Amino acid sequence: MVILGRMNLGLEGYTGIARRLLENAGAKIGDYIRIRRGDGREFKGVLMPRYSIVSRPIIVVKLDNGYNVGVKIDENTAVEVIKTKEALLEEAKQGAPAVIPLLEEKPTPGKRPKVTILGTGGTIASRIEYETGAVKPAFSARDILDAVPEVGFIADIDAEVVMNILSENMNPMLWEKIVNVVAEKIEEGIDGIVIAHGTDTMAYTAAALSFALRGLPVPVALVGAQRSSDRPSSDAAFNLISAVLVAAQAPFAEVTVVMHGTISDTYALAHRGTKVRKMHTSRRDAFQSINARPLAKVYPFERKIELLRPPLRRRGEEELSVANGFEKKVALIKYYPGMDPEIIDFLIDRGYRGIVLEGTGLGHVGEQLLESLKRAYENEVVVVMTSQTLFGRVNMNVYITGRKLLAAGVVPGDDMLPETAFVKLSWILAHTDSFEEARRLVRENLAGEIEYRHTIDLYPRWPH
Amino acid sequence: MIEKRVDPAKYDPRELGLKVGLEIHQQLDTRHKLFCGCPTELIHEETGHEVDEFIRQLRPTRSELGEVDIAALFEWRKGRLYHYHAPRESVCLVEADEEPPHELNREALLIGLAVALALKSSPVDEVYVMRKIVIDGSNTTGFQRTAIISLGGEIEIPSGKKIGIQTIAIEEDAARKIREEGRYTHYMLDRLGIPLIEISTAPDIETPEEAYEAALTIGQLLRLTKKVKRGIGTIRQDLNVSIRGGVKTEIKGVQRLDLLPKIVLYEAIRQKRLLEIRDELRNRGVKEEDIVGQGIVDVTHVFKNTRSKVIKRALRSGGKVLAVKLPGFAGLLGVEVQPGRRFGTELADYARFWGGVGGLFHTDELPNYGISQDEVDKLYEALNADRERDAIVIVADREDNARKALKAVLERAACALHGVPKETRAARDDGTTRFMRPQPGSARMYPETDIPPIEVTDELLDEARKLVPPKPQEKLETLIKRYRLSPELAKQIIRDVRLDLFEELAEKYGSKVSPSYIASIFTNIIRSLSREGINVENIHDYHIEEVVAAIAKGELPKDAVPDVLTYLAKNPDKHVEDAVKELGITVIDKQVVEKIVSEIVNELKDEIREKGLRAMNKVMGRAMAELRGKVDGRTVAEIVRRKITEIINENKTG
Repeated sequence: MVILGRMNLGLEGYTGIARRLLENAGAKIGDYIRIRRGDGREFKGVLMPRYSIVSRPIIVVKLDNGYNVGVKIDENTAVEVIKTKEALLEEAKQGAPAVIPLLEEKPTPGKRPKVTILGTGGTIASRIEYETGAVKPAFSARDILDAVPEVGFIADIDAEVVMNILSENMNPMLWEKIVNVVAEKIEEGIDGIVIAHGTDTMAYTAAALSFALRGLPVPVALVGAQRSSDRPSSDAAFNLISAVLVAAQAPFAEVTVVMHGTISDTYALAHRGTKVRKMHTSRRDAFQSINARPLAKVYPFERKIELLRPPLRRRGEEELSVANGFEKKVALIKYYPGMDPEIIDFLIDRGYRGIVLEGTGLGHVGEQLLESLKRAYENEVVVVMTSQTLFGRVNMNVYITGRKLLAAGVVPGDDMLPETAFVKLSWILAHTDSFEEARRLVRENLAGEIEYRHTIDLYPRWPH
Repeated sequence: MIEKRVDPAKYDPRELGLKVGLEIHQQLDTRHKLFCGCPTELIHEETGHEVDEFIRQLRPTRSELGEVDIAALFEWRKGRLYHYHAPRESVCLVEADEEPPHELNREALLIGLAVALALKSSPVDEVYVMRKIVIDGSNTTGFQRTAIISLGGEIEIPSGKKIGIQTIAIEEDAARKIREEGRYTHYMLDRLGIPLIEISTAPDIETPEEAYEAALTIGQLLRLTKKVKRGIGTIRQDLNVSIRGGVKTEIKGVQRLDLLPKIVLYEAIRQKRLLEIRDELRNRGVKEEDIVGQGIVDVTHVFKNTRSKVIKRALRSGGKVLAVKLPGFAGLLGVEVQPGRRFGTELADYARFWGGVGGLFHTDELPNYGISQDEVDKLYEALNADRERDAIVIVADREDNARKALKAVLERAACALHGVPKETRAARDDGTTRFMRPQPGSARMYPETDIPPIEVTDELLDEARKLVPPKPQEKLETLIKRYRLSPELAKQIIRDVRLDLFEELAEKYGSKVSPSYIASIFTNIIRSLSREGINVENIHDYHIEEVVAAIAKGELPKDAVPDVLTYLAKNPDKHVEDAVKELGITVIDKQVVEKIVSEIVNELKDEIREKGLRAMNKVMGRAMAELRGKVDGRTVAEIVRRKITEIINENKTG
């Protein structure tokens, strides 16, 4: 999800002469102003923030017809405020018709599953500011019910903002914070959890929760949007309804990512948190299960969940025992031809405890790394091999290099996604001091991250 | 009392205080679309295509003040779904709203700036792309991307009057609606994203004819850039119409220019009639509170044994008949506001829009449609209404829908006391208009944050200057000089939509086929075919080029051109070659013509010797009887003249 929330006070984006002119006129963003230029041209409109990064002597106004235009200014330009933002808003409010709810029907009173929606950043529900077009995140339960009233028919909704960050700024410390809040909510007896999350790193967080929430008794559904929620075509509402449906009604108690199944608004897919990956920069159906079938198809309009495979755990089957904590001294390294072994040495010297390699093909790296990898082993740095091909399983017995790597102590990562292997190793190393135990656990299937059978159909075919 | 019928001839637009503003949308002929690399060609339906399909919903979004687009909200509540068809050759992820837009197409911006300069408009210093919320599915995003590039300007129409230009914008065209199927509206995405230029005039236009002239003049200026598309749907007009005491009404989607004056006049009449109805209501002493205070009454029992098919059907599927009294409206619902459209039709439009019902009945048109006098009597009774004074509206449908519909009818009836409501209306093929939706508020424009603003630099303007179209007068002189056209013909061809094709063909074939003749294909032949009712829109550019090329090669007699073009209009997939074959146009070798002419000349030798060249007509007549449609008359005449001269000379020497 994209955060477009700009501050709507002050003079965002204005520098130099433009800022001076505006300051002298006492203008602020949202005020209705008049610009009179030396060449006689006059412009009237609402002062807008200038969100271009390049600084230019230009003032942006929203004309009466709703369009924004940039007006070049210089020393001979006069700016004056005709109406303040506050006065404008007051006027607009007086003329505005009563707010119409999206849905006329209200949920009938009665018992519904309790679902908590946790916010981590972005705008699953948002409002657009009338004058500036700025998108303001809206995250109270009321805001969500206002924007996506359908969820109120599925569950009793509660909402809480855990953090407000861009997804790319997520880190293992924040994973721990989310784990704690989820655990708290489950203790309180909630029936399911939805976590609104930016899509860029959502799969990492899903994996982290999958490992840390041992014996999870309720579904935890991570959800995001590939089109921001301020636009009519946003996938946010569709995905949110699907995720709430999973949290409220799914028979499985697993951490899943719930996103569009295709580019149509037909069904969403619930992917197992350890097998899911963002495979496209922008498509709605960017999230795909790799080397595994998704857990379920979710039909938000029909309110139907269709299981595609047996779950790891059923709802209420086990009791939660949280094993929170992630080792920060773990690295994920992609091998490339000619890679310098100093990179490995650097990590060893800096006290790293684990390295996940994204090797080539069946799980190889160039022989030039062998000595450094042996050194890693001697220094009790766990090295796990995954593959850049993503699809398929590493097998280091087939070629001589693979056998040499095994001999150097590299642990094969089976069919784990490199990202999942990275999260798993971070989690393992935070919970055991034993080098051998850690190496053993890497190969153990802890949260459905390893799939032992790949049927022929699991590999997608590309157009040709 | 108001006259029931409308006679358009009785209205003088100037007297009504008519004011019209035009919004002209013209597709630009750029290499690729406005925000992606797709070509700007529509697919041809006939040929096979690889098409991907997907289905979407569009959710209404709210402004900060909580406003939501009411038309969009209704569609969404009804579970409206949009089924998109994406042919791979002309659609990518951007049109599918699966990828953010690329930067604004510079070529389109340059053409737009060139037009702005030609209209003496002042370009803005920095162009901002906006999102205009449009939730009818015609944009996969739910908004149209649009940017003002220039403000102000003017255009002079042939009468010498100057019409002000308010804004010039560059925007993306919408998807093409192909059909509706229950909850699904189907759209073809090939057109989505083709650059449009939008030119909005000031409300300086005062007659329907001026509106037509202004549209024509702007259209011609656009065509002179040679950078715009032509053909059905490539230029569209929206209108803003008001009269003194009326309200600015938006009319969308005027595709046929010849209909424009009629639409303007009819809208002026509609507003005038609504003002007359207002005055009549006031005369009758009708008060707003009397109208809005009316209760909605269940009159299902009146129609228990009805013979009305519409009502029977509604009752069978569990519906009800609801009615409402419009106090003081007796007779007014039957009053025409436009030819064939009564005030009752205006109420029905509202009932359909707000209640989603099929329509309504009102007492000004009853008994009729299977509803009996007895049922009408009972209606007056049930609503405690006065036959002389009141009107009753009934709706048969699901109860909640019928209730919403009648509530809307009451609100519309109450508006009648104020005159003309603020509406967006859609143009119909007969020049009348129907209610489309309430006018959207100003809150439907948001910045497109995915596209950085573009500074209009001096370099950009210099580049645009190279594309500024010539002034019509200059162009006229060029046509006369370069192609030796008569001033009359030049004036005709400069107004023709295919001017660019004429020039192309005149350049290419002018040495073999006279440009005057090529021009006459457009100004004469195609126009008269069109008058004969032949669908000349089917004639492709390459058809015309094939015709000219065939004439140049001596493979097609000019006499046969109208027949060939008629054939091609009816069989647009075929070529000139096919037409020649199918129509049996045999092109005769010159030697054969010589032979035939020789034979005739021999037969008439005596007469020729006697009359000399005066015998030519007779020889021609005989020759053409055999050769018509097979060879150009002028070629025959040449040969005849030569042969006759030979005989005359023979005579002299012999």
